[in-house]
Amino acid sequence: MSTVLAVSRPTEWNFPLFLHVLGAMVLVGSTLTCASLLGFAHGDVRLLRLGYWTLLLVGLPAFILTRLAGEWLADREGWYDEGVPDQVWLGIGFIVTDLGGLLFLIGLIAGGIGVRRLRRGKGTRLLTTTMAISVVLLAAYVVAVWAMAGKPD
Amino acid sequence: MSFDDWILALHVLSAFAFVAGMVIFWVLIVAVRRTDTPEGTIRMEPIVKVGNAAVGIGAGGTIVLGIWLAFSYGGYDIWDGWIIAAIVLWAIAAAVGQRTGNAYMQGMNKAQELQAAGQTGPNAELLALNRTQNGVLLHGLATVVVVLILIDMIWKPGA
Repeated sequence: MSTVLAVSRPTEWNFPLFLHVLGAMVLVGSTLTCASLLGFAHGDVRLLRLGYWTLLLVGLPAFILTRLAGEWLADREGWYDEGVPDQVWLGIGFIVTDLGGLLFLIGLIAGGIGVRRLRRGKGTRLLTTTMAISVVLLAAYVVAVWAMAGKPD
Repeated sequence: MSFDDWILALHVLSAFAFVAGMVIFWVLIVAVRRTDTPEGTIRMEPIVKVGNAAVGIGAGGTIVLGIWLAFSYGGYDIWDGWIIAAIVLWAIAAAVGQRTGNAYMQGMNKAQELQAAGQTGPNAELLALNRTQNGVLLHGLATVVVVLILIDMIWKPGA
């Protein structure tokens, strides 16, 4: 099915698809960067801050681009039209972006408070939470990319 | 899902790993510009390894699985213009990426040298190596080439 879709995809879907995929790629990259920096910081304040700011300044815009372009694409492809059956792969995508978005936001808030606590010389527990959330998000993104690309029935 | 659908999903996941690695290196390029101590530079090494792994898996997966798909998928052939363009662009990205790595490894090697010599303080030569303009330009070029591959994969000109 996806073979047919790939070959016959109308050209007017290409631009929103490009933005959606580019946003998602940068989102995955920034989440991996954040998890790596926080994971390997070993208390280094500079790396901890860098990990958080990467998620905020790179990850958040990428998340917004992914979500908005995805919505645009789904609308163009007619998945919201009446009588169009729900697709498993699309459902997975929405779950990951919406529930994942909530988790992403929690990670950002925890990380933001964590970075403020760093300035006062307090612990890094909240940034560890952000790192754990990033790892969970990465796993969810792998499932979403697999579903979006493979389009399981 | 057919076998080819699985291969396609892994091909796309590889592309995500490739770009994720490039994002890691962009963040490190920005971070290392203000790093003038051996310790600060060496601390980046584990993250460099994550980036290298992501780019390695991504580059290998995209080319191997992509060529597999070109032969296996109905409607596409290896000699299609957009597939040849993607292979050429992939080769350029790989070559440029390798040169970028070499440019930034000079800073890492210098940091290890300084640390071995017991010099732990700020070092102007190390800062200059970490701020390599050549490295920034090469990584910028590699990024443009990867974006062109993505455009080629989505628009499939001539298909």
